[in-house]
Amino acid sequence: MTALFNIFVFPGLLFIAAFGLAAEYIDRKFCAKLQNRVGPPWFQPVADFIKLVAKEDIIPQHADPTIFTLMPLIAITAVITSFLYIPMWGTQALFSFSGDVVVVLYLLTIPTLTYFLGGWYSRSVFSMIGAARSVTQLFAYEIPLFVCILAPAMLADTWSLSGMAEYFSVHPWFSLLNVVGFVIAVVTLLGKLEKVPFDIPEAETEIVAGAFTEYSGRLLALFRLAIDMELVVGASLIAAVFLPFGLHLNAGLGFVVYLLKVLFIILLVSLFRTIFARLRIDQMISFCWKYVAPIAFLQLLADLIIKGVQR
Amino acid sequence: MPDRNFKVSIGPQHPALKEPECFNLILKGEKIAAMNVRLGYNHRGIEKACEERTYIQDLYLIERICGICSHSHSTCFAQTVEEIAGLEVPKRALYIRSLIAELERIHSHLLWLGVAGHEIGFDTLLMYTWRDREAVMDILALLTGNRVNYGINTIGGVRRDVTTDQIPQILAAIDTLEERTKYYVQVGTEEITLRERLSGVGVLSKEDAIHLGAVGPTARASSVNRDVRHDDPYAAYGELLFEVITDNHNDVYGRTLVRLGELMESYKLVRQILRALPVGPITVKAPRKIPAGEAIGRYEAPRGEDVHYVKSNGTEKPERVKVRAPTLANVQVVAHMLKDRFLADMPIVIAAIDPCFSCTDRTISITGGDKRSNMEWSQLRTYGIDWYRKQGLDFTELNKRFKIGNGLK
Repeated sequence: MTALFNIFVFPGLLFIAAFGLAAEYIDRKFCAKLQNRVGPPWFQPVADFIKLVAKEDIIPQHADPTIFTLMPLIAITAVITSFLYIPMWGTQALFSFSGDVVVVLYLLTIPTLTYFLGGWYSRSVFSMIGAARSVTQLFAYEIPLFVCILAPAMLADTWSLSGMAEYFSVHPWFSLLNVVGFVIAVVTLLGKLEKVPFDIPEAETEIVAGAFTEYSGRLLALFRLAIDMELVVGASLIAAVFLPFGLHLNAGLGFVVYLLKVLFIILLVSLFRTIFARLRIDQMISFCWKYVAPIAFLQLLADLIIKGVQR
Repeated sequence: MPDRNFKVSIGPQHPALKEPECFNLILKGEKIAAMNVRLGYNHRGIEKACEERTYIQDLYLIERICGICSHSHSTCFAQTVEEIAGLEVPKRALYIRSLIAELERIHSHLLWLGVAGHEIGFDTLLMYTWRDREAVMDILALLTGNRVNYGINTIGGVRRDVTTDQIPQILAAIDTLEERTKYYVQVGTEEITLRERLSGVGVLSKEDAIHLGAVGPTARASSVNRDVRHDDPYAAYGELLFEVITDNHNDVYGRTLVRLGELMESYKLVRQILRALPVGPITVKAPRKIPAGEAIGRYEAPRGEDVHYVKSNGTEKPERVKVRAPTLANVQVVAHMLKDRFLADMPIVIAAIDPCFSCTDRTISITGGDKRSNMEWSQLRTYGIDWYRKQGLDFTELNKRFKIGNGLK
């Protein structure tokens, strides 16, 4: 019974779906305000979702129907599963074991792979170009993201997110050392979520909607929900690793603090996507390897040195 | 994937294009190996329609060639007809024509800046410029009564005068716009991602620009100092002081700088025109029948040189009207600029010539290809009904019930 509750209600499907849609609203509204627009009403993401769900699913003639329909489900499943291992208000996540940080990072890679497979097996030109771009981009941002999340793990000497939260809540000053890592994590999150300046895989003016071009109806609704959820889960992961403050409050207050942290990261993401133009795929890759990855490695080096000094 | 060639059709329907046009690309991975342009989806037969109407009616039809540079086409046509008729247009009318022309240039260039931002995924720029563009649109509505298709020209002058209480309003709007444009110049030159996306993209050398016959800001960004307002002054431009903005970047970035520079020049020009606005009548009476003759009119539209040719035969309807919109001159250079570039550069390179496809569109009849036949409207309708019958859809019963299409089988 508890397991079912965990899977479907909290912190599973229902909670994270609602949270994801709310996050999409905040992102869109904030972006609209920055762009001097009015922006959508609060129920817009929900209305969009319902509209899409009510529509017909069209599977292209040449597409592989199994993979085409399965991919959105896998994307959602992977995102929800990874959320179970991320501590929210306490230092303890719902589930944790030594090594769950690696599992979470891998689970968060799965959605991008589903975009690739879903787009590739749509067998349309725009989808295939978008799919190829998704994967090309994946190789550019994934390594800096891994490195900058693993650097604090090295410092905390644990491979579990709950352990890291515990360590940094005891030594809050050490988390200040990871400010650079925090920035890198937000930048790579933009790549993961395929938002401007890294929305190359779904660049509307070039390849229509990229990997999602052929998707419609329920399947598109699920994909969009998965992206919203990914935003929330990614932000929660960054909050848990880099902002370990207020973790020993009571559950109610702690939850509010957690929401504020996630909100802060979502606002950062919106800000970045408002003030930049979309890069080209070659520029994105050279940017990631020339600047983002080396800085992430420097962060790792800094953490290792501090750990050595501490001993 | 690098060894596989993709054939991608951008258009006739595609989010990057605001009008139906087809760009067939052969892609090698992300690079464009070959490209061809196909026009002809939007042909409206305006030139032919002009031969069926009087000169005054034509003026309004010609104005509807383009929704953005409508004043350019109508002024160009009016000038050409006035030249055939030998009309001496009053000075005040010429100044008002120039004033509207510069305001139109301002709104067109601001619109372009927004579109360019959108094409490279910088929607914030789009939202900002289009918000500011409202200021100049309001002024145009104040002066002419319309936001687009101003209808201010007539053969022999203009239809509406500028009143003294309108002048301060125009100047105030121009001041705001000048300040905003300075900000966009700053954004354009300092924003990193914007520069990255625009620099070195769509390169067109000076020789190529001349050789391929580029016009307007596209040519001027390749250091070709060519501007009809300066080289062959019309309206009031002969008496006004302004610089022809050129740039030597040769790329999309240069074209952006040229357009921003032209915006600043246009603000100066508007102020000059308002200061020097002569008093007098705004129109002379034009004859209904234009004497036989022919003339070519040139006009610097926001997109480049616009050419109109009119041949009259002494009646009240022209014998032939020919329009060469600036996009037709510039669309040839797109294929050249996109060779071996990235797919991602395609939208911005196309956008950088500020294309206006429906203005430029013409029909092409291919000789030696598939056999073509002309169909009457009724034949076409029968063909459609038969086609649907073959698909198993028969509307005969329904048509009888609703009494539609009587007399057609």
